[in-house]
Amino acid sequence: MTTTFPRTTGPRRLATLRHSAVLARRSLAKTTRNPGPVVNGVVTPALFMVLFLYLFGRPVAGTTADYLQYLFPGILVMGAGLAGMISTGSAINLDLKNGVTDRFRSLPISRTAPLLGSVMADILRYTVAVAVLFGLGALLGFRVRGGVLDALGAAGLAILFGFCLSWVTVYIGVLVKSADAVLAVGFVAFLPLQLGSSLAAPIETLPGWLRAWADVNPVTHVMDACRALLNGTAPAGSVGLTLLWSAALFAVFCPLAVRAYGRQE
Amino acid sequence: MDDNGFEVNELIKRFGRTTAVGGVTLAAPRGRVLGLLGPNGAGKTTVVRVLATLLRPDAGEVRVAGIDVRRDPGRARRRIALSGQHTSVDDELSGRSNLVMIGRLLDLGRRDARRRADELLSRFGLDDAADRPVATYSGGMRRRLDLAAALVGRPEVVFLDEPSVGLDPGGREELWQMIRGLARDGVTVLLTTQYLEEADALADEITVLDHGRVIASGTPADLKREVGGHTIALRPADAADLDRAAAIVARVTGREPDRSRRHGLVAPVAGDAEFFEITARLHGSGIDVGELAFRLPSLDEVFLSLTGAPATDTEEAA
Repeated sequence: MTTTFPRTTGPRRLATLRHSAVLARRSLAKTTRNPGPVVNGVVTPALFMVLFLYLFGRPVAGTTADYLQYLFPGILVMGAGLAGMISTGSAINLDLKNGVTDRFRSLPISRTAPLLGSVMADILRYTVAVAVLFGLGALLGFRVRGGVLDALGAAGLAILFGFCLSWVTVYIGVLVKSADAVLAVGFVAFLPLQLGSSLAAPIETLPGWLRAWADVNPVTHVMDACRALLNGTAPAGSVGLTLLWSAALFAVFCPLAVRAYGRQE
Repeated sequence: MDDNGFEVNELIKRFGRTTAVGGVTLAAPRGRVLGLLGPNGAGKTTVVRVLATLLRPDAGEVRVAGIDVRRDPGRARRRIALSGQHTSVDDELSGRSNLVMIGRLLDLGRRDARRRADELLSRFGLDDAADRPVATYSGGMRRRLDLAAALVGRPEVVFLDEPSVGLDPGGREELWQMIRGLARDGVTVLLTTQYLEEADALADEITVLDHGRVIASGTPADLKREVGGHTIALRPADAADLDRAAAIVARVTGREPDRSRRHGLVAPVAGDAEFFEITARLHGSGIDVGELAFRLPSLDEVFLSLTGAPATDTEEAA
């Protein structure tokens, strides 16, 4: 009656990672069939790049070429952050609503594997978004002035920050009632976080109230760090602050999300 | 103890102040189908979710395949499977990828996962649709795929929470075949349903829940017997004999039969002695019988008389 179930005997400790990888592949397969959110994560920053470049390029920097050197690194950060702000949280929310999560949770797999899988897939999505944006930037005339390692470092920082930020949306995705609400929260957070920063102009030039916000906004540090690395200038403390903020976001929201997900009843 | 596929003793589960399940006891021997019958909000889904390790009980003992689900949910999960009210397969993926993915999550090797998926796809009549995205499937096909997904790990106990909701009659009949097949393979099944017909058709035993409590249990026949006596239903071959037949029934049972059905009579009888008495007298009077039945009340009648009782109000207060 009960046939013994054939099992590949991988080490138990790696099981969670293995299961997460299976679920990451699921998430990516869904993306290839329904690429909307990722396309959004590229198109939105690309639109901002073109708009800002031709609206403000000359008045702010004198020439659009100079302005692009300033603007592009911020756009890169926006791209990495946006893809995660939208896709992961709402995907997890949908899974919770339509019963997929119930199936996963009744399987003998770690309860964090679905979250981890989704976020692992995100890293790949960010990487694609960042690569496409680099291509677009190059077409418009952006030139990396730092070394290759600096450029890779900038891309890495943008992706790392996006990864840590996406745990916030994962947490929201587990908590709120509908995927629409996740999107709404994402968009409300998008404007002040991404635009209320050093994205379009150095924060010294901003009016006082906005400057006060941009000063404490972690996105400013990430953009400053990427800008310095890509332009071959001294990043001052911005790289350290980026790492610090990333670690803090991760340390707070990853456990919160995992706990809330495990508790979902 | 271990002869039971699953068992629940004095299960209590509260959500805030509401008691969803207030002391439910039920069990099914291995290889049997237990039907859990009740209206919306009776606590059926809560019982299933506790058994499937998705909810922690507040009190009571819960075992599946002999394993205490509170103490060892991880081990229990290796023996169970759940197919819920919603189909929990991925629309964007093909039927095959859905099943292979579950196999991989159950630590099957790549090749074994594919082989198991193929087996299940053909068993559930999904070969032709195997590589199409699930979004293109009909409701019945999705349900079958969902059930197939539940079976990838060869579970010993399967929980089916209202599996036929939203299916057309054809799809429902196909699903029933699959569920009967499970029981034949020795799988223990807990089936929740609001359809009395479904519980009657599939379950070896039925437990009726209302307001989080068991209000009746037994085989479908037991339940019918418990709730009401037998009735006789008869139609004379010649409609002209109807009055004479009614007079015989009235004399034996001491009550006028219900003549509201077309061309026929229905009357409660106290046991089979009265039934035989009536048939003997009909025969003696030379009345030819067109239809004659000695039957138990339908499950619908059982359900109404069980849940329609005023007793449910006091249970709600408890």
